Amino acid sequence: MFDFLKALLRPAPPSSSMAKERLRLVLLSDQLSLAPDVVEALKKDLLAVISRYVTIDSAHADVTFEHRDKEVAMLANIPITGVRGRTAEERSARAAPPAPEPAPKAPEPAGTFAAPTVGDEPMIATGVVQATEPPISQPEPVVAPVAVLPAPAKATSRRRRRKKPPTTIVRPGYSAQG
Amino acid sequence: MEARRDPEHANASPARARGRAIVITSGKGGVGKTTTTANVGAALAALGKRVVLVDADVGLRNLDIVLGLESRVKHHLLDVLEEHATLDEALVRDKRSENLYLLAAAQTREKEDVVTAQMVALVERLRDRFEFVLIDCPAGIEMGFRNAIAGAQHAIVVCTPEVSAVRDADRVVGLLPNDWRPELIINRLRPTLVKKGKMLSVDDVNGILRLPLLGVIADEPGVIVATNRGEPLALDATSETGAAYRAIAAKLAGQNVAAPTVRVPGDGFFAKLGSFFGGRA
Repeated sequence: MFDFLKALLRPAPPSSSMAKERLRLVLLSDQLSLAPDVVEALKKDLLAVISRYVTIDSAHADVTFEHRDKEVAMLANIPITGVRGRTAEERSARAAPPAPEPAPKAPEPAGTFAAPTVGDEPMIATGVVQATEPPISQPEPVVAPVAVLPAPAKATSRRRRRKKPPTTIVRPGYSAQG
Repeated sequence: MEARRDPEHANASPARARGRAIVITSGKGGVGKTTTTANVGAALAALGKRVVLVDADVGLRNLDIVLGLESRVKHHLLDVLEEHATLDEALVRDKRSENLYLLAAAQTREKEDVVTAQMVALVERLRDRFEFVLIDCPAGIEMGFRNAIAGAQHAIVVCTPEVSAVRDADRVVGLLPNDWRPELIINRLRPTLVKKGKMLSVDDVNGILRLPLLGVIADEPGVIVATNRGEPLALDATSETGAAYRAIAAKLAGQNVAAPTVRVPGDGFFAKLGSFFGGRA
């Protein structure tokens, strides 16, 4: 009887909220798996940024997405072979990476990434980045497949956001004729 | 509005603007594409527009029976594509409206039998003769879907407030040409369940799909009864759901229409979608 009253007083969250959240995650996951070119480009950019701070073994780097219970996470497993600069001056003096993509406007503030201070042993950097709200952008009317990715979360990846991330829409511009 | 009696005569005036070919699609089966096509088509015809409905669901012909025209179909889409019959022989005129025609699907053939280029050419011919060419797309994203969208310039996506339908609708939108801006019809909404937080709301569905909202159709017995009879509910002047179909048609015809509303049974007032339906659940 008491349990019954307690259940009455504290109703379960409406099932429509569950439906909405499950849909959000499954679509995020679907859309990532439908846009391998975007994932590949993201991986390339990610490695380029990281290699400005440390030398890495790109051949063995691995960037994947995982659909978990309550989030879709990006898992980056990047073997680090060495450290580039130890001071902020050294880091900011370095030239932009040789990436063909438009280079970032300004160098990252020193200390955003704590460069691991190790000897000769390669370190493995493993990061988990939660998908968050992307800029809502319309795919340009172009012929080639176009896709929009959620903006990668801030570098402070360890601090998991418990707040429910807002709805994310990624629409790979796949054409039926293409 | 002038009503032409014979589709043949529509060709007489060479200066006529060409019609608009719209595919009604959803990805998932059973969400109400055929019912939507029949009702929106009937409502457009009632507005005086010349309309042809093309059943592109080859092998699973149904638009004829929903419209109550099953006994009149003598030839079908593939007969025309393969030149076993002329377009005029295959077009079935609706019982109720002289503006509404049906081109039925072949029942004993397969979707792979349709040649895409022939389908595109047929839709082009229909656009010369009708103001609206509504193409009822089969479920799925394979050959039948590709043939159905090939000749169209615009798409209406039908989606029910269910996780499976929303997921498939999202997938289908991704498969449509990039420069299209498909419009959304949310079908079989149950306002009472939405109010209790037991069904995705209009805003929930469209928060995910983010398409221009063309209309909302409530889940009500009238739709089933009308289908049993082969009478589009859109022609029932006393039906609220019929009015919702008529509003969709008016919007497609370029008229200014108020945002769709759905009444919660028993509440006795019309709830505005934006404020009421979005706030819950």
